[in-house]
Amino acid sequence: MNSMASSPIAPNPASFISNKKDLGFIAFSTSSQFSIPKCNRRISKKICSVMAPQQSERRPSTTGSVKTAMTMTEKILARASEKSQLSPGENTWVNIDVLMTHDVCGPGSIGIFKKEFGQNAKVWDREKIVIIPDHYIFTSDERANRNVDILRDFCMEQNIKYFYDIKDLSDFKANPDYKGVCHIALAQEGHCRPGEVLLGTDSHTCTAGAFGQFATGIGNTDAGFVLGAGKLLLKVPPTLRFVMDGEMPNYLLAKDLILQIIGEISVSGATYKSMEFVGTTVESLTMEERMTLCNMVVEAGGKNGVVPADSTTFKYLEDKTSMAYEPVYSDEQARFLSEYRFDVSKLEPLVAKPHSPDNRALARECKDVKIDRVYIGSCTGGKTEDFMAAAKVFLASGKKVKVPTFLVPATQKVWMDVYGLPVPGSGGKTCSQIFEEAGCDTPASPNCGACLGGPKDTYARMNEPTVCVSTTNRNFPGRMGHKEGQIYLASPFTAAASALTGYVTDPREFLQ
Amino acid sequence: MAASSLSLSPNPTTFTTSTKPSFSPAFHTAPHFIKFPNTSQTPTHIIVKPLTTHSPRASLSPIIPRATATPSTTQTTFHGLCYVVGDNIDTDQIIPAEYLTLVPSNPAEYEKLGSYALIGLPSSYTTRFVEPNENKTKYSIVIGGYNFGCGSSREHAPVALGAAGVAAVVAESYARIFFRNSVATGEVYPLESEGRICEECRTGDTITIELTESRLINHTTGKEYKLKPIGDAGPVIEAGGIFAYARNTGMIPTK
Repeated sequence: MNSMASSPIAPNPASFISNKKDLGFIAFSTSSQFSIPKCNRRISKKICSVMAPQQSERRPSTTGSVKTAMTMTEKILARASEKSQLSPGENTWVNIDVLMTHDVCGPGSIGIFKKEFGQNAKVWDREKIVIIPDHYIFTSDERANRNVDILRDFCMEQNIKYFYDIKDLSDFKANPDYKGVCHIALAQEGHCRPGEVLLGTDSHTCTAGAFGQFATGIGNTDAGFVLGAGKLLLKVPPTLRFVMDGEMPNYLLAKDLILQIIGEISVSGATYKSMEFVGTTVESLTMEERMTLCNMVVEAGGKNGVVPADSTTFKYLEDKTSMAYEPVYSDEQARFLSEYRFDVSKLEPLVAKPHSPDNRALARECKDVKIDRVYIGSCTGGKTEDFMAAAKVFLASGKKVKVPTFLVPATQKVWMDVYGLPVPGSGGKTCSQIFEEAGCDTPASPNCGACLGGPKDTYARMNEPTVCVSTTNRNFPGRMGHKEGQIYLASPFTAAASALTGYVTDPREFLQ
Repeated sequence: MAASSLSLSPNPTTFTTSTKPSFSPAFHTAPHFIKFPNTSQTPTHIIVKPLTTHSPRASLSPIIPRATATPSTTQTTFHGLCYVVGDNIDTDQIIPAEYLTLVPSNPAEYEKLGSYALIGLPSSYTTRFVEPNENKTKYSIVIGGYNFGCGSSREHAPVALGAAGVAAVVAESYARIFFRNSVATGEVYPLESEGRICEECRTGDTITIELTESRLINHTTGKEYKLKPIGDAGPVIEAGGIFAYARNTGMIPTK
């Protein structure tokens, strides 16, 4: 055990874990048979494939133009595993650019890391680990509080660079480091970059695919392994392609698009697969909307979702990261398992009825469903634009909500936007003012809790068997707390419209 | 535990699904070199899992739940009562989020997770999976429909089942992360059935699973069913998870 302490990694370079030094050596000296010179981020962000000169002889089969067309996902994984090409079904060791964990799965992952690599082991790279307490924060549950303490102790011990801590639970604003919901914080803090590989101990890690990167959720044991080794054995998924064209009507949001897709292919339609979203509609979406789209690929069983990076992506990243990144794109001849086409201009606002995200229905078909509450929040529907969308509906109606309406901004940044940004067409009012006039609950402290029904004292948790319209991602039995509760998943437009009537409501009733 | 002396294979073979000839040189120079044991050497003797006792994997090491298994505990047959569930059993139903404050790597909390296994099932399930005030279930085999373990990536889900004493889940299909977590932790065997066994078995039926023959026998109904082979994942689960497997096979140093 002690011998493991300072070198948790196999000393033999031929073994399946290699340390940084070995990797660098191999990458620059003995791997010239690879066709595509690699951007080895471990060594320098500045070395990019397009720039690198050909250094030595290559196999004829690997020179020249692309011999084997690949999808975006295949390309990202190929580069991260230092291979010239990969095909779906191959298992490959992938170097991880960022590992994210949070207060629910972090302590267990840390426990495994310590048990397996040694009590005194060091993480593979203190700058590539992002730790975000966000699930069970504003609770008096002692074990939940302890779990945040475990994260803090580990981050101090390992000198983790990105730890978004919270100590004063009475006022989240007193914690400048605290962000909130991890998937949104990752984007806002510049940890999502095109072409990279991001793993997280949370199934909605796939959200980051919006940035044209490979992002997927893993368990504690895999995360414990990555903490020590910086890489993971991954199977290359085949890709399903979703082409969404047409002008998006002003009553639709990305949530409607992904509910449409999940309804189409079912909750297991993309199991073990990558979902790539393209088309003029996708190109027109903002980053936050693309995040909504990718966020719910796991609800179709998807391993990851990707949107090709474009000027919208680059613009979003401008003030968020100074790290060099290199986007990759699917080759024209890339093989897709299947392709689905949607004319978005013909779609209508949707909901997913209880108790499955693929239980799709038109919002207007559910107009007789009486509801007890509305929840706007989470990694899916708690971003700045989600609150802007809800405010737009409240503003257009000028009415008050008929059921309790809970608002939980995803992050501290979103909270500040809700209180600071003027809503277009409102004469300078902020979302918070519009929400107050509509009779909503005061926007609460940023966290994930209610979406998954955390500790009993979680704000907006469903403790009674009520009916809720929610901008979240799952409506399985018991998801938001009570086993007999009923959750209708919907866009922020539909959620706000439903709050105004007390029934599931098509937002066109107010937006047209 | 002297795992080093228990290597499953003295003569490891290279494992890769990519067999393109142009790649073999790269494989030998790149650091991504995986050794897998020759699985044909897997012992085939049968140890019958008792109806109600703990998982031998857990009982091997009372301190650390994810015990490092040894080949001598190889199980190729499971025998016990089954608990039958339907399609799309998501991880919120397997272990509701309010119990996720329990940390699986903490031995006491690992045991506690077992007591909450499948507690999130709707009230239409009239039989409890784990009786109140118990940590263990009397059902060592869970039979489900398609997409078992969908939803949240929480590793607490296979851990809760394993901690409760479940040896194997038999479902038509699995959600990706649950399957992977089951293998990585070695907590339960995620076995796939050829058909909808969940509609032909009832909670409380006596079941035998013969792993090497990929067969499930329902003694209560007298019917037999074919399972899909567990493949390369089998030896990993048998070892007690990826770390134990990697040590047993010499992939990473023994402790």
